[in-house]
Amino acid sequence: MKIKSQKDFFSGLMFSAVGAAFALGATTYTVGNGARMGPGYFPLMLGILLAILGAIVMFKALVVETDGGDKIGKFAWKPLFFVIASNVLFGILLGGLPSLKIPAMGLIAAIYGLTVVASLAGERFSLKEVLILATILSIGSYLAFIVLLKLQFPVWPTFITG
Amino acid sequence: MDLINNLSLGFGVAFTAQNLIYAFVGCLLGTLIGVLPGIGPVATIAMLLPATYALPPVAALIMLAGIYYGAQYGGSTTAILVNLPGESSSVVTVIDGYQMARKGRAGPALAAAGLGSFFAGCVGTLILAAFAAPLTEVAFKFGPAEYFSLMILGLIGAVVLASGSLLKAIAMIVLGLLLGLVGTDVNSGVARFSFDIPELTDGIGFIVIAMGVFGYGEIIQNLSIKEEHREVFTGKVTHLYPSAEDFKRMVPAVLRGTTIGSLLGILPGGGALLAAFAAYTIEKKTKLKPGEVPFGQGNIRGVAAPESANNAGSQTSFIPLLTLGIPPNAVMALMVGAMTIHNIQPGPQVMTSNPELFWGLIASMWIGNLMLIILNLPMIGLWIKLLTVPYRWLFPAIVLFCAIGVYSTNNNTFDIWMVAIFGVIGYLFIKLGAEPAPLLLGFILGPMMEENLRRALLLSRGDWSVFVTRPLSAGLLAAAALLLVIVLMPAIKNKREEAFVED
Repeated sequence: MKIKSQKDFFSGLMFSAVGAAFALGATTYTVGNGARMGPGYFPLMLGILLAILGAIVMFKALVVETDGGDKIGKFAWKPLFFVIASNVLFGILLGGLPSLKIPAMGLIAAIYGLTVVASLAGERFSLKEVLILATILSIGSYLAFIVLLKLQFPVWPTFITG
Repeated sequence: MDLINNLSLGFGVAFTAQNLIYAFVGCLLGTLIGVLPGIGPVATIAMLLPATYALPPVAALIMLAGIYYGAQYGGSTTAILVNLPGESSSVVTVIDGYQMARKGRAGPALAAAGLGSFFAGCVGTLILAAFAAPLTEVAFKFGPAEYFSLMILGLIGAVVLASGSLLKAIAMIVLGLLLGLVGTDVNSGVARFSFDIPELTDGIGFIVIAMGVFGYGEIIQNLSIKEEHREVFTGKVTHLYPSAEDFKRMVPAVLRGTTIGSLLGILPGGGALLAAFAAYTIEKKTKLKPGEVPFGQGNIRGVAAPESANNAGSQTSFIPLLTLGIPPNAVMALMVGAMTIHNIQPGPQVMTSNPELFWGLIASMWIGNLMLIILNLPMIGLWIKLLTVPYRWLFPAIVLFCAIGVYSTNNNTFDIWMVAIFGVIGYLFIKLGAEPAPLLLGFILGPMMEENLRRALLLSRGDWSVFVTRPLSAGLLAAAALLLVIVLMPAIKNKREEAFVED
């Protein structure tokens, strides 16, 4: 059996797997019956439906011809990694990680961290440019979010402000 | 006249200096973010939502409406100047708009889009005001069975209009519905699919999904495309105002577009996209006047008609939301989320319990449209400048705004970890060719659907036939079935695929 549409086959696989997982999870709650639905009823129904839909998508991907196999293509690992990493770093710097005893460094440090790491995702990287950008973003965010909108953010590291 | 009384109440609310300023700021911010390439209205609204948290509900909604129109207008600007449709409904604008820009007529193209949208917005607002009251009456006759069937119709409508595979779109909806169920079940108090994580018992935040899937997913996708493929027309926007000749051609196109848009927008399932496609097709079918540029090579009608159609459509798509509380598309789903944050449960009761809010919002939509014209046409130069900013400076800023926006929703870093996960999932969706808009719609509707299904079956003692024996519910389900049959008919199916491939 040859896969005729890679994109569809793997999306079908994803739907089926997620649907089955939800359905399986739903059975651990009270399912009940139509007149008295338990918390598991609706998710069980939807999970089964999703699994079936996924199976049909997979089946079609094996049967229906497409041009050039509808390849998924290469994953852009570099942007994927750096964009997500910059986001995670932002969270760690902003709020700290009490479980690993990492103190909160506050918004400004988090902005610098995010900007530098996110910029690594691009094609060109120049540290000087990135630092200027981070400075502009820090000042702008401070004015917009803290001064103007008065959002509640830890701005500076906790060991400075106490 | 009720209509005039209601509208004057609305304008009384909206025309305070404070609210006008919020409308203005909303439009400005919406355009500012919306004009950035690769950021559609969904991501824009999600990103700017935190800016409204501190405001009182009426002001917040007015600002949101401003953001919404700004984001849409910003999307058309990128479509015309960069050949990048920021959202699916400006896909057709790209065809002639970009060609006009290449010929140095970006100014008239932008003006046509703006003026056409404004006119369509005015008409749409009037229709919305006129239809809201009688439809609300109907809404009070709706029981849980009707609501459930209506949501089915809305969801089917949304997939029919989605581009790409129908089956995958339905699967994405179901996936969205399931994600919407994560969290504490209101009836039994059981925390479902929360893996004992306390933050998950409140459910997954819709901002987290919107930002992760629409924001991060798309940024990652954009970064994987080499920069030199983009061509921006910046220096060439010299004169803005269309010539008398242009006006003569624009006017009938705008009128046709507005009519189509207003009609299709009311349909559940987000008529804006269909409206833009239909309007463009109709323009293409009308005969060319002597001396007119053919379609696909920069005809002003090809910009004016779809732009007015999609604006009229997006205006009238507020009707199902405001009267029934059912969001017809992903953007409206986001508006529901925004309203609930401000403790407003959209639905028929808003109009009676909060008339100043309801009519104020309608009036502010018109003001939002007006703001766009007086604000954006003169400032078009500024927006164009923004497009010349290299993407390598823009995307870290976008990532930052997403992260700040996500954090400020709950002031909790947990949401930041969640958005990271959904960013990866969003990118996976793009790679697998699975459209995310139906997912967001399903996500918002999930809990509502479960609740209404439960109530309907409780009332009927578990008898499923209640959905077909109640005439209103049966009618809605029949309409949904009809929609599905129509798109699955071979002749239409091929046409539909053609229509979406054409771009």
